[in-house]
Amino acid sequence: MTAVREEQAAVPSAPATGMIRRRLNLRYLGLIIVILAAAALPLAASSFVTFQVTEVMIYGLAILGLNLLTGFNGQFSLGHSAFYGIGAYTTAILMHNYDVAYYWTIPAAGGVCFVIGFLFGLPALRLQNLYLALATFALANAMPQILKFHALESWTGGVQGLSVDQPDPPGFLPIDSDQWLYYLTFGVILVMFVAAACLIRSRSGRAIMAIRDHPIAATAMGINSSLYKTLTFGVSAFYTGVAGALGALAVAFVAPDSFTIFLSISFLVGLVIGGVGSIPGSLFGGLFVLYVPNIANSLSTGLAGAIYGVILLIVIFVMPSGAAGFVRFAAGWLARLRQS
Amino acid sequence: MELLLQQVMAGLANGAIYACMALAVVMIFQAIDHLNFAQGEMAMFSTFIAWQLIAWGFPFWVAFVLTVAFSFVAGVLIDRVLFRPVQNAPILSQIVAFIALFSILNSSAGQIWDYTIKSFPTPFGHEPLFGGTLIDTHEAGMIGVTLAMLGLLYLFFRGTRLGLAMRAAAANPESARLVGIRVGWMTALGWGMAAAIGAVAGMLIAPIVFLDPNMMLGVLLYGFAGAVLGGLTSPGGAVAGGFAVGVIENLAGTFIPYIGRELKLTIALVLIVIVLMFRPSGVFGRRVVSRV
Repeated sequence: MTAVREEQAAVPSAPATGMIRRRLNLRYLGLIIVILAAAALPLAASSFVTFQVTEVMIYGLAILGLNLLTGFNGQFSLGHSAFYGIGAYTTAILMHNYDVAYYWTIPAAGGVCFVIGFLFGLPALRLQNLYLALATFALANAMPQILKFHALESWTGGVQGLSVDQPDPPGFLPIDSDQWLYYLTFGVILVMFVAAACLIRSRSGRAIMAIRDHPIAATAMGINSSLYKTLTFGVSAFYTGVAGALGALAVAFVAPDSFTIFLSISFLVGLVIGGVGSIPGSLFGGLFVLYVPNIANSLSTGLAGAIYGVILLIVIFVMPSGAAGFVRFAAGWLARLRQS
Repeated sequence: MELLLQQVMAGLANGAIYACMALAVVMIFQAIDHLNFAQGEMAMFSTFIAWQLIAWGFPFWVAFVLTVAFSFVAGVLIDRVLFRPVQNAPILSQIVAFIALFSILNSSAGQIWDYTIKSFPTPFGHEPLFGGTLIDTHEAGMIGVTLAMLGLLYLFFRGTRLGLAMRAAAANPESARLVGIRVGWMTALGWGMAAAIGAVAGMLIAPIVFLDPNMMLGVLLYGFAGAVLGGLTSPGGAVAGGFAVGVIENLAGTFIPYIGRELKLTIALVLIVIVLMFRPSGVFGRRVVSRV
């Protein structure tokens, strides 16, 4: 009986499911090609390019953290430079002062940021939109000052910052430290991007998005809005903190003035350009944030800021919902073209 | 007591700067419902134009009026040319457009007028007021002009048809359109007014902080903080918030031992966040009640 009913249900929608399956297959194929290409990149490219792509991935991870909070949960944050900074400093302090091995510092940085993010999420519950923006903005502004604060100098190194040893590749691998850093970052972000995708597709992910779309309806459906919002804040800070830890390892140096409000603004730009609420879009955002200022600088040093601004405006005019929105739009357009 | 009074007065003088900026921030918020991140840079650019006019030999007040008029037109143009096309884009995209505008104005001002610090004349002079050292004539003039602008705005919004139309367009665009208000032009007008107020603020602030392309960065932060503290829906609240931020910052720097001086910005911001915990829409702001 059930078999018959399933068959009946399946018949009318057969062409549609076929198309969806084909698109899914294409998607997975594309994903596998990208992963293979990324895995092969350091073997083919120069160490400078390898290093830059490492940084793109790190920014992409930080932007993904912001995306989880802003894109999926609808909480606005200008404070993610602070979480990035806390992650970076956790790694630097553990390695510099306590001789902890670098691979242990990455989860430690994430954990510290999770706790701080969760705690910061509690007062953030009371605030909405611009008022939350101001509170997170306060956090971003306070961070460099706290890091420079003289009573913490023995820990944080004060204004001078701390230097970090670049991790050495394990002995059995015939690669140099830039390549090892690349693979380390690549492995970490692969795991974390997959985890984010799973989170978003889970029951919790749907709850997180329901709170964004209609907080009152979400509460009426029995979602514990406060718990999910604070947890999302924590998870978001965790992602950005891990990015910060990787960033500290990559640059081999941390200083208070690397973690100002402008870093938060870069994350925000990357988030919007990549696509709010798009997981792969975060990586595109990282690409934009790293390369476009350099391109603007190479065109004219004096007017670099103006050129950057103009490029930003053009991108917003052409793709108002970011790269992910643009891809969605283009895919829809192609599908309609094929049908007619 | 003497020290306390002195610090409060110094805080009020700083606060007047923030209040000017907060007022401009709230104006544009009333018109377009977003914070304008480029507000400070717009004011900075206007101030540079005034400086240029004065350098070309115009008397101060002529340059002042020309600059305010120019800023008004430029504000309207920015809305019509840059923000009209993205008005239906998501809010975050619009914020990035503000960041782009910020970057363009900052960098072009640096290119045109370079980054050296310039002094800016004041019409009020720098003599001490009432023979004391607490506050000088320029600071008093600045407070006076800020309060006068606030009064004029109040009269404009309460007493004129245009003011009423602007409030209606901001509060409920659809209904406003139905009764025949041209909402698009009201928004443009709001931009123009915000730019003009920003220009006045810039010209008042420049004699104190000196003129350079980055002069507005710190001021804008405090201006935002003041506006949010006072409540973004209330121009009077924004001015009060601006003054409060100036005073809190100064008192925290003086009276909180050990950490006060180094972390005074942090302390001021933390206090503001604590205030917001209890009054989530700002001290003088109206609560926005959403309909389900």
